[in-house]
Amino acid sequence: MTASEQLTNETELIVALRRGEEAAFVLLIDQYHTSLVRIAQLYVPSRAVAEEVAQETWMGVLQGIDRFEGRSSLKTWIFRILTNRARTRGERESRSIPFADLATVTDEPYEGAVDPSAFLPEGHEYAGWWASPPQSWQGAPEERLLAGETREQIAAAIAALPSNQRSVITLRDVEGWSAEEVVTLLGVSDANQRVLLHRARAKVRRELERYLSDEAAEL
Amino acid sequence: MSAPLPLPPDDLTCRELVEVVTNYLEGALPPAEAAQFEQHIALCAPCHAYVEQVRRTIAASGRLRSAELLPAERTRLVELFHNWRRTDHGTTEPLNH
Repeated sequence: MTASEQLTNETELIVALRRGEEAAFVLLIDQYHTSLVRIAQLYVPSRAVAEEVAQETWMGVLQGIDRFEGRSSLKTWIFRILTNRARTRGERESRSIPFADLATVTDEPYEGAVDPSAFLPEGHEYAGWWASPPQSWQGAPEERLLAGETREQIAAAIAALPSNQRSVITLRDVEGWSAEEVVTLLGVSDANQRVLLHRARAKVRRELERYLSDEAAEL
Repeated sequence: MSAPLPLPPDDLTCRELVEVVTNYLEGALPPAEAAQFEQHIALCAPCHAYVEQVRRTIAASGRLRSAELLPAERTRLVELFHNWRRTDHGTTEPLNH
């Protein structure tokens, strides 16, 4: 689909929604509702509250669609309604707010994408080269990557991340948003978005590596 | 311990490479550094495997998204829509807002 086709479709969708056509609404909820709930969970303490926030967001969309002027994409507008509501709700439920302190994005302890002991130490002829090279995930672990248990491992690894890293990896890698969309929604710089994504992916990869090597050891 | 590599490129070590993987995948490395990165992974099997692991990690995270809207949830939201149409949405709006 070209950008202009997408735009035409979006314009048509907005018109249909303003007319009160159910099909247009169903299209939107099928496309975005599970994402709304997942992203709301970045801000509020429970899935139940996240579902309420997502439902409030749809009410906000319906009540505001007549005033929507198309300065952003419909998607960006919907998710901005969501994050505003989720943030307010999260404050009330006193969960720490992602991106409240983004200036300190690099203050979190960071020991590197890979355990430093995996590399040959300073002073070695090949300092900085692998001492324990990563194992290939080709072959049997490939099937493991597709298994339900692995999904749970990945979900748990993401859930354990600091909130700003969790927000970025959820939007980028789980939801499949572009860097530009994430930067716009979260109001972070390109560089900080990449730093957060890098640290988040590195931790998830490590957890996955640990899980897959435990699995291999059991075989 | 891996055997010393034949002719390891010394402008970008493995330890440095793993820290610029995201910038590389994001297209954020300057062209000269992107070229160094590509030369390195072409020569270094462990780093090649590492980048492959990162790509698989990204793909695996993407599979978490598969959750579809449950029918009960869809029904509940459509009810919400019907309520809105009955109460809030009096007029048919002109098309060119």
